Formats: sequence, C-alpha cells, structure tokens
Amino acid sequence: MAVIDYISAIRLAMKEEMEQDEDVFVLGEDVGVKGGVFTTTKGLLEQFGEMRALDTPLSESAIAGVAIGAAMYGMKPIAEMQYSDFMFPATNQIISEAAKIRYRSNNDWNCPVVIRAPIGGGIFGGLYHSQCPESVFFGTPGLKIVAPYRPYDAKGLLKAAVRDPDPVIYFENKKCYKMIEGEVPEHDYTVPIGEANLLREGDDITVIGYSLPLYFIEQAAAELAEEGISAHVLDLRTLQPLDKNAILEAVRKTGKVLIVHEDNKTGGIGAEVSAIIAEELLYELDAPIMRLCGPDVPAMPINPPGEKNFMLNKEKVKEAMRNLALY
Amino acid sequence: MTPSTSTGQSFRHIQLGISNEQAIEMYTMMLTARRFDERVLLLQRAGKINFHVSGIGQEVAQVAAAFALDRESDYFLPYYRDYGFVLSVGMTLRELMLSVFAKAEDPNSGGRQMPGHFGSKRLRIVTGSSPVTTQVPHAVGIALAAKMKNKSLVSFVTFGEGSSNQGDFHEGCNFAGVHKLPVILMCENNQYAISVPIRKQLAGKVADRALGYGFPGVQVDGNDALDVFRVVKEARERALAGEGPTLIEALMYRLSPHSTSDNDLAYRTKEEVEENRAKDGIPKFKQYLIDCGIWNDELNGELEAKIRKMIDDATEYGDKAPFPTPESSLLHVYAGDAEQGGMS
Repeated sequence: MAVIDYISAIRLAMKEEMEQDEDVFVLGEDVGVKGGVFTTTKGLLEQFGEMRALDTPLSESAIAGVAIGAAMYGMKPIAEMQYSDFMFPATNQIISEAAKIRYRSNNDWNCPVVIRAPIGGGIFGGLYHSQCPESVFFGTPGLKIVAPYRPYDAKGLLKAAVRDPDPVIYFENKKCYKMIEGEVPEHDYTVPIGEANLLREGDDITVIGYSLPLYFIEQAAAELAEEGISAHVLDLRTLQPLDKNAILEAVRKTGKVLIVHEDNKTGGIGAEVSAIIAEELLYELDAPIMRLCGPDVPAMPINPPGEKNFMLNKEKVKEAMRNLALY
Repeated sequence: MTPSTSTGQSFRHIQLGISNEQAIEMYTMMLTARRFDERVLLLQRAGKINFHVSGIGQEVAQVAAAFALDRESDYFLPYYRDYGFVLSVGMTLRELMLSVFAKAEDPNSGGRQMPGHFGSKRLRIVTGSSPVTTQVPHAVGIALAAKMKNKSLVSFVTFGEGSSNQGDFHEGCNFAGVHKLPVILMCENNQYAISVPIRKQLAGKVADRALGYGFPGVQVDGNDALDVFRVVKEARERALAGEGPTLIEALMYRLSPHSTSDNDLAYRTKEEVEENRAKDGIPKFKQYLIDCGIWNDELNGELEAKIRKMIDDATEYGDKAPFPTPESSLLHVYAGDAEQGGMS
C-alpha cells in the first residue's frame, strides 16, 4: 500500500470519482488552471477539461448556489471554498437551501452536493485564513459534516461524500495537507459517513477528537504510555451525524474522557459530545468530562506568540491527558 | 395592449406563432389564476386558511412567459406569486389548493411549506424557499448542467424587483454571463417590496443591471401578454443558440396587499391602486381576443362558470383532504432516514 500525504489522498479521491462518473465535477476559485491555491485540484483540468475543473468567479454564494442547482438537476458537484473562513457568504445557500431541499419538497427533490472547505490554523493565516467554522453548520439537520484526520479517511470519506444523495460538508485541515502521511489503498473504497474510528486502544483515559488535534493526541498518547498512562483514542471522523454508539463505547472503556478540538470551546462539537455522554452514562464516569479547545476569541492572531497561544499542540494535549489520568 | 395595437393589426399573436386556440388557452390560464387567487383571499378572510400571498396583477406576464417556454423540457424556478406560471406549466388547481390547505397530498411540499412555495419534479418546477433570490444561482446551476450534458433546454427564473438587490441575484447573473449559460431571468417588477416603493429600492433600472454582466436586459410591459411572450421567446432562442442569458424586467403592479398579513393602505393610496387596476392586462387581453373575432361575452361567461366549478371542486378537495400525520414531520431529512426521522 502506498504511503501518501493527506492532500494527495483528497486529490486522488476526486480524480477517481471523476473517472468513474462523468457527472462529478469540481468548481471553485482557482481550481482549474492553477490547480487550487493549495494544489488540491492539480492535474484535474488537464485530465478532465475546463468544464469539469471549473474556475469560477470570486463569489462564494454563487459557487454553492450553482453547485446546488446542478446537483438538483442530477450532477454530483464538488464545490470548493478556498478557505472555510470565506464560506460565510455561502451560508444562506448551505443552510437555507441545500440542507432543506429534501425536507421542504417532501422527498421530491434532493441535493447531492459536496462542499469542501479547508479549516484550521497554525499556518500564520491570521484571523481570516485559520478558522474552524464547524459549529456554525453543526446542528443544522439535513447536512452531513465530515472532518478526516488520516489520509485513508480523507480519501474514503470524500468518495463517500461524492456518492451520498444528500449535502455533505467536507472540512479538510490545511495543516494536515503535507504534514500527515499514511497508507492509502490505490483501489476503490469508501469510509462510511457516520462512523467513528478507534485510533488507539487504552485503559486509563479516553480522548475524543477530530482533524489535526488527533496528531497531537497520538504523539502525547505514545509519550504518556512510557509514563504508564494508557489512552484510548477515538477519531470522530464524521461530526454530523455523530457516532453516538462509538462515543459511548469508548467512554465506557475507561470512565474518563477528554474531548479535544481546535474550534473554540463554547458551543463547539465537544459540547454536544459532552451532553451525549452526560445523558447516557453520567454515573459510570470516574472524573468530570473535560474539554480542551481553542479559546473563545473571534479567531487566532497572526503574530507568532498569539497564534501559538491559540493553537493546540502536543504539550497542551499531553498535560490535559495527564491531568485527567491523575484525577 | 400597447397603444400601437389597433384592431387593424390585431393578429399579433399569429405573427408570433401563437394559434387562436393557444391565445384562448393563455387567457384561460390568466383568468384561472386570477379567480384562484381571489378565492384563496376569501378563504383566508373566512378563517379557513391562515395565510395567502397574492399574485393579482402579475398573471399576464407569468402566463405569457410560460407559453413562450418549452413546457416539456425547460426547468422552472418561479417565485412565490407565480400561480399563473405554475398553472400554465401543468400544476392543477387541486394541487394548488392542497398546498393552500397544507395537506399531505400537496405535491409542492406535502403541506410543509407556505402556499406559493412551489416545487414539482414531475413538472420540472424546482423547489423554492422563502429567503428571496436564492433560486437565481440554482437556475444558473441547472443551466450549467444542461450545457455540460449538451441538453437543449433553458432554465427560467423569476423574482421581484426588491430581490434584484440581493447578492444572489448579482452573483448568479455574473456567473451566467461569464459562462454564457442558457438561463432566462425575469424580474416581475410589481413596484413594491412589501411597503417599500421602487424609488426607495432602486436608483436605476433592473434591466440595466444586465449591462454589467455582459448580456442583454430588456424592459417589457408586463400587462402586454404578447410582448412578454415575444421577449421570452427571443431570450429562449438566444439561450439555445449559445448566446447566453437574458434579463427581462416585466413592469406590472401588485394590485393586492403584499400578503394577507399586510395592510397596504398604510403606505399607498386607494387612488393609486385603482389607477393601476385600470391597466390590468387580463381585461385588455380579453378585449384583444374579442377584437380578433375569436372571443365573445357568451364564451367568456361559459369560461367563468367552468373556472368557478373547477375552483369549487379544488377547494372542496383541498379542504377535505387529510393533513399530514404529526409523525410524518420527522421524515425526509436525509435519504432513507429512520422511521422517527433523522439518521440515528
């Protein structure tokens, strides 16, 4: 099995889906000739032509809205938001339209669109090239939301998203693009939307996360193992719908849970995960539910100390994990 | 009709390729939409239904546009006043009444959405929402798909002049212009966005906005059925020839209040409304048909009676039809969702 990086896995998923189904196409700013500002769509124009790797005007609501229209016609568009920070002009199209098309038409119409959007900081992107907007869309019925961490899941979840008959937001992490490598099968496979994945088995504490912070969690878990602390690590992979059974099973294993994400704490995915745990197995817990998240500030600053202070890292995660273990 | 029309030139419809039968069918649709609308207003006043948003004063342009399109292949994205349009592309009075009464059998939304929120895959009427103008990019996306799949069809989208201020109008127009897509955008300029008159909505003309997007924009008298038919037909020919979008601004007047929750005399005078009622295109089109010698008062009386009967039938049908079950409100969030709704 080939070891490739996260961005190559995303690119491969699009290439394979476009080869298999001529209704699949990519549209967005700079996705054609340039191949994307991060090179995510590199080579697609050369292989599939300019209509299927479509450079659009700089206009996010139109990118989403046109993709929604094409999807209602029967196409399988992948709409790229260049940065998730810039997808807010498209929010009305995503929340008022895509999410509600099946419901409002009583199952007559559907909207099989994929919205890809890069999230996350640590790249000196400042306030508007670093955000994690998951919580804005989370809790909107009708949307599915995925946020892969491993290249294997990046490919498999994107292929599943393209084939899904409902709208899927695909949050890919910018910092993961080149940094995270992993084994990715060259053959066709999908990762089911709605299923979490156990990254590491352990007995003392459970850590639940998604996207980039899992990198820090895995590193911290390896180091804590040497201190005799054994961590059980769950990758949510899909944020909506949450894999409730996997969450409960993972927490039950150790009775102590830490939830980690880069999006700010208040109203984040972790709040919902905490509520699920509290509702279902409060009396099985041996410690209060803990969360480690981005601070409740509008977004991270560009100055290096400020960005570092906002971002999670191995040390912060390790400390939180140790505190939970020692509780 | 326009002042240039005299009885001596009264076969304009034949010149446009409209048969006598089709001209009468157009009139039938206009009158049906008007009588439907009046009935629903009465139903609301009588407390039988909660809400109605009226299209009175706009039917002529709606019907004329529909007749200029290919009702077998084109895609339609009407806005919430387009009763005349959806009737013309095949929605029935019973189906509209099912929507008015919010009943389970309503094909538009199964009784989920307000009346006027049309949708029918069978008729290629694309499901719509209430935040205005979101349908413009959808129409552009459908036109893009048609171009990609080499299909000979257009998408036709309507909206009000207030809506033409929304970003989605501009973003959609620009996208369509850049890619020369087969989309026809028709603004039903009824002079009011609820209470705000056109002078406070627009400093220029809606039609002129097309200039900035590189395609033609034309103004047309929305009370002149044949002129609306002509410009929509020309726009369709341009679209199919690969020449791209057309923006049509059909000028008309909203004779009804914005909705049954609106008191329009708080912001406009009775005199102004009456002045515009005199310009109503439906009696004008009737007179045109009479002048052509293909219509008369006797036929008109028969038609009125027939429409009344159909509306009575549809009203009774809609009224008696069952509501959706409470539990069904949890269904169709996602494909194949669980019995209790949602995915879990």
